[in-house]
Amino acid sequence: MSTFNIDTVENASTTPDTELPWAELGLKQDEYSRIVEILGRRPTAAELAMYSVMWSEHCSYKSSKVHLRQFGEKVTEEMTKDLMVGIGENAGVTDLGDGWAVTFKIESHNHPSYVEPYQGAATGIGGIVRDIISMGARPVAVMDPLRFGDIDHPDTQRVLPGVVSGIGGYGNSLGLPNIGGEVVFDSVYQQNPLVNALAVGVLKHEDLRLARADGVGNKVVLFGARTGGDGIGGASVLASESFDDTKPSKRPAVQVGDPFAEKVLIECCLELFGSELVEGIQDLGAAGISCATSELASNGEGGMHVELTNVLLRDPTLTPGEILMSESQERMMAVVTPQNAEAFEAVMSKWDVEYSWLGEVTGTGRLIIEWDGETIVDVDPRTVAHDGPVYERPYHRPAWQDDLQADSFRASEEGQHLPSTAEELGGAVVELMSSPNMADKSWITDQYDRFVGGNTALSAPDDSGVIRVDEETGLGVGLATDCNARYAYLDPYAGAQLALAEAYRNVATAGAVPMAVSDCLNFGSPEDPEIMWQFAEAIRGLADGCQTLGIPVTGGNVSLYNQTAGRAIHPTPVVGVLGRFDDVARRTPSGFQRWADGQAIYLLGTTRDELDGSEFARLRGHLGGHPPQVDLAAEKTLGEILINASRDGMIDAAHDLSEGGLVAGLAEMSLRFGVGSRISVDALCERDGVDVFTALFSESQARALVALPRSEELRFTDMTTARGFPALRLGVVDAVSGGIEVAGDFDGGSFGIGLDELKEAWSATIPARFGAGSAGGETPLGSRPADAGHHA
Amino acid sequence: MSTETPLIGDISATPAQPLDGARIGVVTFPGTLDDRDAARAVRLGGGTPVPLWHDERSLRGVDAVILPGGFSYGDYLRAGAIARFAPVMDTIVRAAGAGSSGPGAASSSALPVLGICNGFQILTEAHLLPGSMIKNDHLKFICTDQVLRVENTSTAWTSQFTDDELITVPMKNQDGQYVADSATLQTLEDEGRVVFRYVGESPNGSRNNIAGISNERGNVVGLMPHPEHAVEAGYGPDDATGLREGTDGLTVFTSVISSLAGGAA
Repeated sequence: MSTFNIDTVENASTTPDTELPWAELGLKQDEYSRIVEILGRRPTAAELAMYSVMWSEHCSYKSSKVHLRQFGEKVTEEMTKDLMVGIGENAGVTDLGDGWAVTFKIESHNHPSYVEPYQGAATGIGGIVRDIISMGARPVAVMDPLRFGDIDHPDTQRVLPGVVSGIGGYGNSLGLPNIGGEVVFDSVYQQNPLVNALAVGVLKHEDLRLARADGVGNKVVLFGARTGGDGIGGASVLASESFDDTKPSKRPAVQVGDPFAEKVLIECCLELFGSELVEGIQDLGAAGISCATSELASNGEGGMHVELTNVLLRDPTLTPGEILMSESQERMMAVVTPQNAEAFEAVMSKWDVEYSWLGEVTGTGRLIIEWDGETIVDVDPRTVAHDGPVYERPYHRPAWQDDLQADSFRASEEGQHLPSTAEELGGAVVELMSSPNMADKSWITDQYDRFVGGNTALSAPDDSGVIRVDEETGLGVGLATDCNARYAYLDPYAGAQLALAEAYRNVATAGAVPMAVSDCLNFGSPEDPEIMWQFAEAIRGLADGCQTLGIPVTGGNVSLYNQTAGRAIHPTPVVGVLGRFDDVARRTPSGFQRWADGQAIYLLGTTRDELDGSEFARLRGHLGGHPPQVDLAAEKTLGEILINASRDGMIDAAHDLSEGGLVAGLAEMSLRFGVGSRISVDALCERDGVDVFTALFSESQARALVALPRSEELRFTDMTTARGFPALRLGVVDAVSGGIEVAGDFDGGSFGIGLDELKEAWSATIPARFGAGSAGGETPLGSRPADAGHHA
Repeated sequence: MSTETPLIGDISATPAQPLDGARIGVVTFPGTLDDRDAARAVRLGGGTPVPLWHDERSLRGVDAVILPGGFSYGDYLRAGAIARFAPVMDTIVRAAGAGSSGPGAASSSALPVLGICNGFQILTEAHLLPGSMIKNDHLKFICTDQVLRVENTSTAWTSQFTDDELITVPMKNQDGQYVADSATLQTLEDEGRVVFRYVGESPNGSRNNIAGISNERGNVVGLMPHPEHAVEAGYGPDDATGLREGTDGLTVFTSVISSLAGGAA
């Protein structure tokens, strides 16, 4: 039946000198020696395949483990009281109350998305969604933090459209609303885009499932799509190496997705959970069957016996090693009692899902895999799944860090000529808002379904995505992901905390109480001590920050080797924060509402001279100095104010201030529903001792803008005063003027920008690069007049 | 039977007061996505949603049927092309009065059928409605708040709208460009069978800006936009009253429920 020679355990014992391609599979000499030592003989070809993928950086976290431990160590009792499942499982699970729980996680699919943008991004969604299903949850939404190279670079032209349609093509077909994320352009991501994907799911407490193979005699079943030759070695060869022009194209290592199969798999799994037909379950992602069998076995009784020829194949020529390494999508592995086997098969047949019984759980403590009755794998599963190598990689602060931090924007050539007149300031606002990073992203987000499910209460471009969980009570969750990698480049410790602070603030701005954190740590090569320092500092910052804010990291993902031709990305620790709403009907919109004419606009927080790393400095091509000051105590107080104001119905709009500062926040609030505003910065400049330019463009943290009816002003300011938090009335919502007007102590006294003009500039940037044809936009076939009918 | 899986935010535990017992079937095919949303819309409209499964011929005695949105069979081959061969479609086609009469056909009047998005595509593939849908002219998936004009208020699904009423409902699809030969378009226009028309710039290049049509008898209606996503304040499209406040789509469901009640009286 096979055209290849089977390398059995027996054969391996008698041919110790056979050369194996361990280096080609990404293993280092000392790692290979350790495998030989563990087994007491050379590995078989199949065993080598398993170890090589499971000991890869992507699966084993060998470079990051020693640092990631802090997330488990720097915790308090308060932080873990709602935590049902922590780091280490497929995704963390947090108690929401009323018998509900929520699970969420971010993962990276950076390297596949660079090689094959559509399939890379699509299967990124598929993989994270299967992680959520594996916990026994129904997936309810996805988000996508994306980072691309310079908007005008040809590589961005190639990658972005494919990534966006891959996310839409897969996510839309699953019936999962896409409720937010980020889109950032920066030349550091040229030829190394970051495609991260977050999924969130909800479950009743009793539906929680874990990846464990328990119960000797229970059966092991593989179901879903057939196993093919796609994605072989994706984890080891693709995700754990840097790109280099000298190597051949790696397209065969990218998986190909089938969203229809995944949608059916979701419904099928939920029916299995609902009927309590599975004892343990694991999705097949990176490292495929190698990962699923070894993790299920080592988390459970420790033994499993599998006949590999039972695996249903798309390509009958696959070798056992290839079958073990294949990353074919839309597959799950479950442990089922013999009594439930028939009922399990009935569910498979209802949903037309293929399955095959592979073997059973044993009490031997060994993972035995046979090929047509001959043993080709005989290992202790722990050595594969959990006892991979751990590296204390050397790290040191880069020599250039001091010079970088000394190069502040104010002192630079570009910082000498800042806008100061009405005309210059107004022009700078339009320039800022139409720059790629601040511009309207609806060309992208309109390719995602935000309505499906009927529970989306907020989505992009609002501060958080908000999903209702329980229709009777309105119980729900808010989610935000953030990272300003420019800040992290200037100071990785502070940068990671600022990412956390911004996501925390975004969730609180919408009115949700922050509860849990998931992170996606995107960095360059850990073999470079300077990169390793960035990584270690970012983790230390994030773990310390989480402890101060009192919310735990429940899971996440590390993506290393994000560098091409020796040039690393900026350290990009993307942080996702999840918050809880008692009732999502209380969520606060991010824009001034059409009926809100005359409402008061308040600025919360303190403005400092913090322009280093800012979006304005980016416009002038400058990156240096120190990022804005981190003040987590202030973030916490600000969060409490925003949450209480939402709960008590005091405010009708709120928006956090981050990239672009106060003036960008104000512009976004006015652009959201096309409702104007008028403010004066005189009092702000006087109170905080800053000039007009700083007041408008500084990116000081722990700040937000809110709009509230005049009848609520007293109650609101009483609350901020009681908490000792700065609140300043800047102006009013003006639903009549159709523009933004800013007054202050500068040449001209005030500047105004028509919302039509601003909107045109803000919304033209992205379609101009990637083609028109989104909602209401011009189409490649030309615009048609309204009601073109009756011309038959 | 249908998905017995736990619904998120399932409100079936608190049954809405059924109005004159209107039971509306909601069909689930493999790859259907908006079935829960359609069921919720029926409930909020005052009816009782009845899940129907693609593989069963029985319509379980329902008074009307909704083919909801999604990507049945992944839209592989062509949107709706595989779903039309599902056993449940045989019964629906007969009951809707398009095929020869036989077991399952409605005894007195033809079964009201609504196809939303993928459901509309299935209805054209099943020849209950003329024309077909091809890729949007801009070749992309598009999700937007879409303004429509209701041009025919005599169908079972639009009876409670006013003539030429403008409504806003979400639209989200990749294959939403309605096409038909000119004779068919002329017939649709002449007979007043264009039920919904896009207002403003065409979002997808549809012929005559057609968003939804009916069959000759008016009991079968298909449209690309999603009225079931504009039924609950806080979760619908944006409208003048605020963020996601739009509920214009609810009238589609109250229309059929009241038509059914009226028919029974």
